[in-house]
Amino acid sequence: MTESYLETGARARIVGLLDRNSFAEFLGPTARVMSPHLPGLDMPAAFDDGIVVGEGTIDGRPVLIAAQEGGFMGGAIGEIHGAKLTGLLERALDVKPDAVLLLFDSGGVRLQEANAGLIAMGEIQRAVLATRHAGISVIGLIGGRNGCYGGTSIIARTCDWLIGSEEGRLSISGPEVIETIEGAEEFDSQDRALVWRTMGLKHRRLIGEIDRVVADDVTAFRDAAKDYLGRSRDLTLDALEAEQGFLTERLNRFHDCGDAREIWARLGINEPARVPDLDPEAFESIATTLAVQRP
Amino acid sequence: MTDNSRESIEKFLRSLFGEKYAVQFDDLLLSGEGTFDGTPVAILGTSSRAPIGVSLALALSRHVLDIMREHPKRSILLIVENSGQKIGLFDELMGNNGYVAHLSTCLDAARRRGHKIIGVVHDLAISAGFMATGMAASECYALNGAELRVMAPEAMSRIMRIPLERLNQLSKTNAILGPGAVNFERIGGIAGIWSDDVRGEFRKALSQPDEEDARRETGVQRGGRLFAARVARAVREGRRQL
Repeated sequence: MTESYLETGARARIVGLLDRNSFAEFLGPTARVMSPHLPGLDMPAAFDDGIVVGEGTIDGRPVLIAAQEGGFMGGAIGEIHGAKLTGLLERALDVKPDAVLLLFDSGGVRLQEANAGLIAMGEIQRAVLATRHAGISVIGLIGGRNGCYGGTSIIARTCDWLIGSEEGRLSISGPEVIETIEGAEEFDSQDRALVWRTMGLKHRRLIGEIDRVVADDVTAFRDAAKDYLGRSRDLTLDALEAEQGFLTERLNRFHDCGDAREIWARLGINEPARVPDLDPEAFESIATTLAVQRP
Repeated sequence: MTDNSRESIEKFLRSLFGEKYAVQFDDLLLSGEGTFDGTPVAILGTSSRAPIGVSLALALSRHVLDIMREHPKRSILLIVENSGQKIGLFDELMGNNGYVAHLSTCLDAARRRGHKIIGVVHDLAISAGFMATGMAASECYALNGAELRVMAPEAMSRIMRIPLERLNQLSKTNAILGPGAVNFERIGGIAGIWSDDVRGEFRKALSQPDEEDARRETGVQRGGRLFAARVARAVREGRRQL
């Protein structure tokens, strides 16, 4: 049985990722911890403020888990939503799980709570780093309809590991923002193929921004996540130097590229135009050999 | 624009260090060293409403790594001035979020290794530009007259479909919504807005005790962000109800 990760909601994703009946939610919908700010702007609020947080197990191993609900305000981060994420990461310092799983599905800051949303981004990022410095693995999953944009994309890249499906996207600025500011000649937001190959997760995998591309299937996400439980990337000075070198090398190597297909060709992919058609397994076997690996 | 920004930053540095500092401007990046109360302070930052793109973020993180290696625990004055993330095809193609994340991760690591990082917003800081820099500091302040925001009010009004006039009205009473350093101060997003006595302010900032993250509690104390602290605590404790 396969269940599309893209099509399903936050709770179903969590249920599919965790061992059966292992999930316990914190401040769930019955707690009704809702945005106090949306009603004043005549906007509907949600009982969980668009994020599900809690704990459970994967193959019996304890994990903390959060899933953004893309169906509510595009998964955007407001005061309550952000605080639930920060609190969950800080809980990791107390209970020391085998990993914290963050299921991103978000356009970034919730504009209706702009300042609180932005500061929450910084608080979440700091909590991710505190968790990592404590040696606890933080794993990001991307494959929802809203992609992973704005400050959420920066939080995602602060995690130890990133797993995603080719339906996922990862970028700071969204296509419409680039087009509005720089014009359609710079970036045509209606050109889906362009959006996909610039921000899509196959490209991100090939340049080393994410670690694994999986099928759009909740079980495939679960199987991939298992490989990263209890594993961390160092944050020592040497590790940060290695990351610096990795990012510098990318600019040196691809500074004159204006399209992802040029980058893929330079990586040694014979038919870059065919990359979009490759199924996740075939793609992964190519990526394992040719993609740049983040240190 | 560029000259004005540099001049204004130099003026600020002179008022802070007198003649005891030297900085180099390399396009949008500035770096150098000053002496404050007899103690060396690293100076790093950006000028001229810099858009934070891949090259600039990488140059900044290079400096942060060098400071960590060559001058352990040295305090860092971080000049925060930007127009947000650089917006364009190339920077997104390269994965700007990875570069920005690396920069803030380096600043965060420096803080954890005992560097006191005092961010000071000069002129303007926006969204991801603030996240890349000032939000990763030990504390971030704003100079009098500096602006902090997520988005220009006109664009917010258009996207949220709220008339500009009403949005401006709401922003005056609602610290979490509208632009302005005062609003960010009220929600705990910045530690404070500096008075004209910048030497006194900097001295006080340097002597603040290190805290992992005081922003939520500060937001409660100042009455601008009342819920984040309580909600985060409840989740940390694994509670079912608030």
